[in-house]
Amino acid sequence: MQQAMTQEPFSGEFTAAPQIATDSRPLAIEAKGLVKRFDGTLAVDGVDIAVPEGSIFGILGPNGAGKTTTLRMLLGIIDPDEGTRSVLGSDDPHRLANRIGYLPEERGLYPAMKAVDAIAFVGALRGLSVKEGRKRGLEILEAHGFGHIAQRQIRAMSKGQAQTVQLLATLVHDPALVVLDEPFSGLDAISQGKLERTIRGLAEKGTTVIFSTHVLAHAERLCERIAIIAGGKVPFHGLVSTARDRLPPQVHLETRERDGPWRTALPAHAEPQIKATGGALWNFSLEDGGVEPLLTALVEGKAGIQALSIERAGLHDAFVAIAGEAAAKQLDEETGLAAMNTAEAS
Amino acid sequence: MKGRMGKILTIARRDFRAILFSRSFLFFILGPLFPVVVASMAGGIGASVQGAAGPARIGVAMADTDTAMVTEARAALNQPLPRLPGTIVLDRPANSPQEVSAILKDGAGQGVAAVLSGTLDDPVLSGPQPRIAAWSGDVSLLVEEARRISATGPGQARQWPEIGLRPVAQPSQVDQTGGRIRTAQAAQTLLFILTMLLAGMVLSNLVEEKANKIIEVLAAAVPMDSVFFGKLLAMLGVSFVGISIWGGVAALVIVAGGASVAFLSAPAVGWPLFMALGAIYFACAYLLLGSLFLTIGGLAATVREVQTLSMPVTMAQLLVFFLASYSLGQQGQPVELAAALFPFSSPFAMLARAATDGALWPHLLAIGWQALWVVIIVRTGATLFRRTVMKSGPRGTKRGLFRMLHQSTRSFRQA
Repeated sequence: MQQAMTQEPFSGEFTAAPQIATDSRPLAIEAKGLVKRFDGTLAVDGVDIAVPEGSIFGILGPNGAGKTTTLRMLLGIIDPDEGTRSVLGSDDPHRLANRIGYLPEERGLYPAMKAVDAIAFVGALRGLSVKEGRKRGLEILEAHGFGHIAQRQIRAMSKGQAQTVQLLATLVHDPALVVLDEPFSGLDAISQGKLERTIRGLAEKGTTVIFSTHVLAHAERLCERIAIIAGGKVPFHGLVSTARDRLPPQVHLETRERDGPWRTALPAHAEPQIKATGGALWNFSLEDGGVEPLLTALVEGKAGIQALSIERAGLHDAFVAIAGEAAAKQLDEETGLAAMNTAEAS
Repeated sequence: MKGRMGKILTIARRDFRAILFSRSFLFFILGPLFPVVVASMAGGIGASVQGAAGPARIGVAMADTDTAMVTEARAALNQPLPRLPGTIVLDRPANSPQEVSAILKDGAGQGVAAVLSGTLDDPVLSGPQPRIAAWSGDVSLLVEEARRISATGPGQARQWPEIGLRPVAQPSQVDQTGGRIRTAQAAQTLLFILTMLLAGMVLSNLVEEKANKIIEVLAAAVPMDSVFFGKLLAMLGVSFVGISIWGGVAALVIVAGGASVAFLSAPAVGWPLFMALGAIYFACAYLLLGSLFLTIGGLAATVREVQTLSMPVTMAQLLVFFLASYSLGQQGQPVELAAALFPFSSPFAMLARAATDGALWPHLLAIGWQALWVVIIVRTGATLFRRTVMKSGPRGTKRGLFRMLHQSTRSFRQA
């Protein structure tokens, strides 16, 4: 079901998910009001998600926010307590399992299996014959530069190699929908770059990709659309650009003069930092009026512009505004830990 | 493209190969020694069941005076030789094989397994060949004692009379019933040993999958109950491989030792069908217990928890076996029906029934009934697994097995 695109002005406070906006493409995934409780604890509380076909969609949030539970409900691994889901047009994801690829957060393959057999096994679970799975497994390993480990047992591989084998196993049956749960965790920087290219390549050939992450940079680089999830709720769902537009641009201005008629073009709350050389530094949000009136006032009022930058808000700032400081702080801590892990992996 | 059955077989094939080609399979093959010893030690229950067939006795069809002497001799020998077969006085002639057959048939209720006729000087023992061959020495002793009592009393030199043996083709009803019960008992014990040996392996199966963290890959691709079925099929296949190997070795030992299994009476349904039913009931017993174990094992978080669970599970298996064994001596009683209806004892009870009763339709019903319970348990287990194990995020304060049990109970109530 298509809904009209809406772009609400930033209110500084989000208590409910905005109306889901998609374009004219059919939806690969549509979920409405998903609720899941574990032992009376609300893990997911009314999640709405709509993922257009062929798009890259990110689910962003800190650990424990409900990302994995949401993905598991979408895949039919667990059933929602409330709400509806439609995956590739079916409300029973298992019926379309042969068109779906899934990389779980907790990676795992049978340690005694050889790489090519592991890929063929997952392919067989997704509808390929074992023979075809082995053939494709060899091809896909070669194509990704891992042909030399095709006959190596999983237990004899490095962690990164094993993760790559599992990713390739996820893709071996050429799925129409690929679901990746924290796909970047545990990968070194080079492997993360390769994975980003792989995801882009999938989208270019029309595959829908949905992945969860707590590292915003990946989503910012890859995703067309995102859902921000915190505390089991989705306070934002839509285009990445829309999320960023929720915050006004940030202005960093350095003037020779400290005061003058041009100051009326600056927000009332903007306070200058006085420089020892006599000038002033200003940092404020460009909330109303836009860039042109500001520039006109500064030039005509002879503010003496020494430096000026106007930056669009990043996804991180948008996340802070949307999900709240606490969620953002948790996310930052996890991202820091992830960076340490990445450094270790490198 | 594969359907659901194809995916079940994919899982089954992977597990089957993984187990068969593992080093631990060798230990698995050597495993039966322990339960065989345990089963032998626990054989006491067999004696009470065997009693259900009634004591076998000698029907005495001699002249009145000779009969009285034989009866007196049996009484005299009772204290020093309590295991000597008992006697019962017959009030009908037993001169021809037809008459003996009729006596054996009609006297089953009184436990008549062979007939002693003729005179004290020329005694004749009639009955099924194995029975009269086994009793000829005892009867010789009995007749000699009777002759001593009828003559001059103790002090004379003993002269062991030659017993004329007259085999009859038809086994006595007592022998037939007792033999079939022995066959049923042996089959039950074998079925129990095999099930106990093999179904326990399933307990740790899903723990391994969780340790490998591959369970989510399986659960995303295939419905959880199909994963359960695939794993059960694999383990059943491994079990049949094990049974084939053990059976082959046992056959070699028996042949090499010059022994035979002829001591077992033919079951009521005949050997070929009995063997087929044995395989089917083994599969049913295995799948029933296996599905339960898979569920319990799936809820356990660690191998340690599985080990903790092993003891109560083994005890529960023993109770089921005792119920089925007890029902063997209670044929036609409510307890036999209960054992046949209770899903976990049903295969044991019905296999015993196949040995003692020739009717086939109860087996069709029982197999359907047991298969239904396999499906119910697997479905329930898969649902519990999905609800309690396939979850992420913060956990409650209860830990380990207790948390799992708590969640299971809760989920079951919700279901």
